[in-house]
Amino acid sequence: MTLVQLGWADLSVAAALTVLLAALATWARLEVSRPLLISAARMVVQLALVGFVLETLFAHAALYWVSLMALVMLLLAGREVVARQRRRLAGWWGFGISTGAMFISSFAVTVFALTALVQATPWYEPRYAIPLLGMLLGNTMNGVALSQDRLIEGAWQQRDVIEARLMLGQGWQEAVGSVSRESMRSGMIPLINGMAAAGVVSLPGMMTGQILAGSPPVEAVKYQILIFLLITVGSGFGTLLANRLVARRLFDERERLRVDRLVRAQSR
Amino acid sequence: MSACLVIENLDCGSVRDVNLTLAVGECVSLAGASGSGKTRLLRAIADLDVHSGTVHLSGKDRRCFTPAQWRRRVVMVPAESHWWADTVGVHLNGSPDVDLEALGFGPEVRGWAVRRLSSGERQRLGLARAAALEPMVMLLDEPTANLDAETTERVEHWLAERRHRNGTAIFWVTHNAAQAARVAQRGYRITASMLQRVFP
Repeated sequence: MTLVQLGWADLSVAAALTVLLAALATWARLEVSRPLLISAARMVVQLALVGFVLETLFAHAALYWVSLMALVMLLLAGREVVARQRRRLAGWWGFGISTGAMFISSFAVTVFALTALVQATPWYEPRYAIPLLGMLLGNTMNGVALSQDRLIEGAWQQRDVIEARLMLGQGWQEAVGSVSRESMRSGMIPLINGMAAAGVVSLPGMMTGQILAGSPPVEAVKYQILIFLLITVGSGFGTLLANRLVARRLFDERERLRVDRLVRAQSR
Repeated sequence: MSACLVIENLDCGSVRDVNLTLAVGECVSLAGASGSGKTRLLRAIADLDVHSGTVHLSGKDRRCFTPAQWRRRVVMVPAESHWWADTVGVHLNGSPDVDLEALGFGPEVRGWAVRRLSSGERQRLGLARAAALEPMVMLLDEPTANLDAETTERVEHWLAERRHRNGTAIFWVTHNAAQAARVAQRGYRITASMLQRVFP
């Protein structure tokens, strides 16, 4: 069974539909057309580039090339998290915490999966390592960005309540507790919902891809289950860690709420 | 009278070089134009804002207390009270019924919905909530601003009783000179960024 090749005409039709959607959004005065088109254009360019990069990388499967690629992906993910915040921690804190949390969780889970579960030779075989890391990093990034945005925005909006709780002698963790829990929830909900709907409502992308490429469905399902669980673990730990560190940074050593450590981001 | 709260060389925002001692059971009033930094000063004493200078409670440096311990002993009641749960009772865990009664509420107030409270009720319940911590010092930011004459008198009486019975020291921000003279033994005013004595 060979893969049905997609022609440029097929892609242009899909692109035309996107433009149609953007036009409709402009007509309805929804302020999403610009970011929609920019993101779509970015997606096309980035994927086209990464196609070439991957071909080269697969041809030269050296550990340092794979590491370099992983590092670039990580830094871009950190930048993306910061860019999605309505308000963010001033200075390098927002980027540093997000990147650090994603590094610890995604890289640990990826390396563990590659060495202990997939066991390709060599273990950093880019055909496995890069897609695996990409899926983990992508989902962790979503979780971290979403929960961090909710946490900071929540703390900002409820700063009077948080301070009222501090004034009554509650510790910082208790004072920011409900905001922190809510933000953690919003970071995890997309994954939890995704797993609940998997196979019944939606067919996950990776599995679909493997089936399209000719793998037997049962093999594709096994990979998908592994990936889903790894993504959940990586994303969950990453979100948890980032959430904790950001919440701590909202308070200083005397447990004062430091909204002066936040800066407002320009909207995209 | 023994010293309860001792503030030395405190700078916060626009207010400079505050030196002030509150004795056990004493009430000191604070006045000043709006924007002169009265609230900032209270916030600094409760350690909610970054500032310089030292504060001691019964001879012990503030740094010897954890922030939570400190704020439970030196509790600030802001002009506008904020609530996090839906019903009043959740916030009034340690408040005895006698306090609520003294402020004009029956025990059924614990079941009330926070969002249906009037601003005056919020203010009085905010005081009850803070007093339940049995603080040594209360920093009150215009505690009777939203109250009518009768309830104001009720609150003043209740606070005076707390001072005599528990030795609570009170730092009371008020715009009303008559109230300051009524409730406080000493009165201060912030003029040109400095704390100045008004009476006696």
